[in-house]
Amino acid sequence: MRIPLTWLREYAQVPATATAEDVMTDLVKVGFEEEDVHRPLDEISGPIVVGQVLSKEPEAQSNGKTINWCSVRVVPEGTAQTLDIEGIDPSGVQGIVCGAHNFEVGDKVVVTLPGAVLPGDFRISPRKTYGHVSAGMIASVRELGIGDDHDGILVLSTLGLDPELGTDALALLGLDDEAAEINVTPDRGYAFSIRGVAREYAHATDSVFTDPASLVSVSPATGDGHGVVLADQAPIYGKDGCDRFVARTVSGINASAPVPTWMSSRLRLAGIRSISLAVDISNYVMLELGQPLHFYDADKLAGDIVVRRAAAGETLKTLDGKVRKLDTEDLLITDSSGPIGIAGVMGGASTEVTSATVNVLVEAAHFEEITIARSRRRHKLPSEASKRFERGVDTQIADVAAQRAVNLLVELAGGTEETTATDAGSVVPAPPVFLPSGFTSGRIGMEFTQAQVMGSLTDLGARVEKVDGGYSVTAPSWRYDLVTKEDLTEEVARLVGYDLIPSTLPTAPPGRGYSRAQQQRRRVVQALADSGLTEILAYPFVSKVSNDTFGVAEAGAPLAAIKLANPLSEEFGFLRTSVLPGLIEIAKRNHSRGFHDLALFESGLVFLPGAEMGTASIPPLGAKPSDEVLDALYDGIPYQPLTIAAVFTGKDTPAAPAHTPRAWDWADAIDAAHLVADVVGVDLVVEQGSHQAFHPGRAAVLKLRSGEVVGHAGELHPKLLAELNMPARSVAMEINADKVFAEAADVIVAKPISTFPLATQDVALVVPAQIPAQTVLETLREGAGELLEDVALFDEYQGKGIPEGHKSLAFGLRFRATDRTLTADEASAARASAVELAAERFGATQR
Amino acid sequence: MSKMPHETAEMPEPTTETIAVPDPLDEAAIGTAVENALGAIAAAATLDELKTARLAHTGEKSPLSLANREIGGLAKEFKAAAGKLMGGSRGRVAKALAARTEVLEAEDAARILLEETVDVTAAPRRRRAGARHPLSTLQDRVCDIFVGMGWEIAEGPELESEWFNFDALNFAPDHPAREMQDTFFVEPPEAHLLLRTHTSPVQVRSMLERELPVYVLCPGKVFRTDELDATHTPVFHQFEGLAIDKDLSMADLVGTLEHFTRQMFGDEAKVRIRPNFFPFTEPSAELDIWHPGAKGGPRWIEWGGCGMVNPNVLRAAGIDPDEYSGFAFGMGIERALMFRNEVSDMHDMIEGDVRFSEHFGMEI
Repeated sequence: MRIPLTWLREYAQVPATATAEDVMTDLVKVGFEEEDVHRPLDEISGPIVVGQVLSKEPEAQSNGKTINWCSVRVVPEGTAQTLDIEGIDPSGVQGIVCGAHNFEVGDKVVVTLPGAVLPGDFRISPRKTYGHVSAGMIASVRELGIGDDHDGILVLSTLGLDPELGTDALALLGLDDEAAEINVTPDRGYAFSIRGVAREYAHATDSVFTDPASLVSVSPATGDGHGVVLADQAPIYGKDGCDRFVARTVSGINASAPVPTWMSSRLRLAGIRSISLAVDISNYVMLELGQPLHFYDADKLAGDIVVRRAAAGETLKTLDGKVRKLDTEDLLITDSSGPIGIAGVMGGASTEVTSATVNVLVEAAHFEEITIARSRRRHKLPSEASKRFERGVDTQIADVAAQRAVNLLVELAGGTEETTATDAGSVVPAPPVFLPSGFTSGRIGMEFTQAQVMGSLTDLGARVEKVDGGYSVTAPSWRYDLVTKEDLTEEVARLVGYDLIPSTLPTAPPGRGYSRAQQQRRRVVQALADSGLTEILAYPFVSKVSNDTFGVAEAGAPLAAIKLANPLSEEFGFLRTSVLPGLIEIAKRNHSRGFHDLALFESGLVFLPGAEMGTASIPPLGAKPSDEVLDALYDGIPYQPLTIAAVFTGKDTPAAPAHTPRAWDWADAIDAAHLVADVVGVDLVVEQGSHQAFHPGRAAVLKLRSGEVVGHAGELHPKLLAELNMPARSVAMEINADKVFAEAADVIVAKPISTFPLATQDVALVVPAQIPAQTVLETLREGAGELLEDVALFDEYQGKGIPEGHKSLAFGLRFRATDRTLTADEASAARASAVELAAERFGATQR
Repeated sequence: MSKMPHETAEMPEPTTETIAVPDPLDEAAIGTAVENALGAIAAAATLDELKTARLAHTGEKSPLSLANREIGGLAKEFKAAAGKLMGGSRGRVAKALAARTEVLEAEDAARILLEETVDVTAAPRRRRAGARHPLSTLQDRVCDIFVGMGWEIAEGPELESEWFNFDALNFAPDHPAREMQDTFFVEPPEAHLLLRTHTSPVQVRSMLERELPVYVLCPGKVFRTDELDATHTPVFHQFEGLAIDKDLSMADLVGTLEHFTRQMFGDEAKVRIRPNFFPFTEPSAELDIWHPGAKGGPRWIEWGGCGMVNPNVLRAAGIDPDEYSGFAFGMGIERALMFRNEVSDMHDMIEGDVRFSEHFGMEI
């Protein structure tokens, strides 16, 4: 909401020296955030004065144009020029070259004299042009920044002005005013008016407020005006779409009478373009009092006005010329011709006020909020009127606003007020709210006196009665937001001042610290960073192709993904089922910036829709849903496991003296997955796997001991890397961290440490090449029995001396007994039985 | 000391022909031999030269050794005198030799260490230096402060039911407030699922799932349909606090925020609240903090919203608003990173440029 200060000053005591910034500083205390300042004088400065054209000599030019060589008097006749600026003639008459033609000798115009600055930092100075020295400019509305008119020169008589020569045109045109723009929260519809803001300004500065409504006296009606029938056949939530409709008539107006500059300049500062006198009056009254109005050409109305919901299939051509299909929930203004407006949203074209209109019907109605909000959304027609109706308009202001509009039509358009009036409908007053004594003090944490409570609420327009145990508060008709004792509490605290609220620190009961999962996550993320990976946070919006490539179920089929209904970009219109696409995007961005050796990871949620997707209905607010309904809400949320992924490209470290970097390879990806599991003490089973995004021979599937698949790791598929424009041999891993975390033991039971001597034995086994080393190792462990303390693979060999299709695996075995020193024979026997089992399982032979 | 073959070859070969065996009773001759030995020892500049001197003057064929060997052949009455003379003489030589050895060995050790000198400034970094994302480090920092106050950390899904995100928080279906939060919805619309616009749904979950009283902090990712620019991003991070207890007041809210702010920004930090509107709180307030370390000098900075939990929110969670009251607050982590760490462009936080995170490393 933009507040022109001259307008605010009519109803609030704003110091003459106060700027828009000062006003905003005061308003912020009562809850209006500062948005902007609109001050024409920041862009335009004088001398800009009223002048009169004394002569106008057309001179044809060689370029085909005709210019006017004019002399313009800029001081009253008989007085001397007092301005002493280069280019300003002491005689008071300026010679000016003007390219426009829409003015005559004798016209009073706006002259920008040398030294003036126009919007766009356009500085006026005498300049030689077309064989003359042109000392100033005869200004157009456009050059003055007060309109888009291309019609040329602003002739002041068209605005109904006949000022003395030399008058400061900036003040004359209202360009010396300024506006404060504030943000109005959705609960405070009343503040979309000068009336509402002036009241708040008075609260903020503890000064006097003059209610503009109190300055309008509604003429007593001599009889019923235009017939109005309120006939809402389908109220929403049982509330009538229209509970008050005031109709007044003004006859014999001059619809093309000029709009006074005080009105057009205030509208302009408020952000509303001047259209015509009638339209401007309706907007002016709306801005002043907060009541949206609609004017009809009374001669185009056919019979009584009926307010009802639309019938199926009805259409309306609205003021913007569009034919709109109406919904049966739309509230309509109709006459016997059919729909003539969507209530509170937009009027119809057929009854529009035009320059030919003589008789005007003024509508000032009260429409119900939800009805208006839905129509506005349905027809995508946000307007100044709908904005106010949606937030709630004062139910008691309609007749006052209509009268104010009537008065202005009489005063400015020369109309005659009809003495009949219509005021249809009946408003149900809001019930009083009980505010218990002490509630405000308890809720705010400071003592409020009875005088403070009653005074604050009375100040904002409420009727307050002291009753047994508290106060009975009837909210003012414009305060829709005051329905509970908490609402009233906020008002009291707000008016007394939030800055007076003291500070006390409540003590939370003993907490349990971080949950196990939170600790696990923190440690894993830290461990990955400590091991040299860089954490990134990518958007979870990905393309379908990315999901289908990386989000793969165990079976290999792409996972189902969730589509955004309103994505920022259609391309990235899905929620990720894998963290890898974002990591790869970011890796590529780093490559493009010259960083090729990367180790990146992200820990975040992926979105995996299950059988249940949401709930068909949503329970109402303000009440706890039943257990069944709550269960359904919980069950409808798709599975979103915490997933950790990493991508490695290039080399592990920069080259340096005495240091040879190593290219990241598939084993680094698997190692990172191991790290995730190791940090939380979970055994990760790594098996040869397959995943379409990975190299078919260099992909590991990651499992828990239970056999459940929790992720993949390895080298990315060379073809995919080429398609993605990623370096060859880039590697990656992805793991469902929630599942790994859940596998962690609650208690780790100690293992006894034997101090008897160690016996080591090595064995090299030749096995078929396809047998995984891990399987051979597990077999040796099984075959060696309990004397085996540990076994590790330390070499793998294929080639000379090893039969085709076979490989040699060398293991180191460590034997130790818990109760004695092993003999060499015992260790050898255990080793032999390990080898024997391997021989039995896969025909392993010793090298 | 290595025995170099060529040095051995250059060693003077003492021969019986050339070396006269001094008389072990001839004090002058023995003295001369001692002086020669001491001279050679003193003159040895390296351990190799010392070895040569040692062999020449204490070796089997050295004058002193030969003279000493003569003692056996002396008459009994001379043996004592010769023994004393030779013992003393050889002792002096041995002592000088030991002393010189020690000196030369020390010099040699020092030389070797000197030769092993490296340029430590050229040391390679063998471990890759990783980094946390500063947003996640800052989020951890915030959580630590609240956990230190006895609060617990609550988390929830990012894809939420509309009820948890709006209705349970007292956003009426047709109220303009619902449109203030530009929401990402997902298909199909009948499912009423959306990407949470704030972490407040976690507050509702906490009230439904936890025993009273509740003191929880809800950090996490949230979503609004804002295009990315220098100050906006469609995906950002918040932390929201919720306290539900008997007789909590707005003063408690102020005190909690003040305590937190001081932990975060130093003892000079202060908070200020201004009236505002949120559907889920009544009274509601906007939160400003006095940031003593702000770039360009201490100043007030807008950081978030707060207020007393609206009774309708309590009712949605089955909590009796006549028995319990509560306060809630919410702040943005990106915003904190902007004013606390002087990040001026949101792009840096989301683009994943490694230079951005690596500059912070593990700290914030």
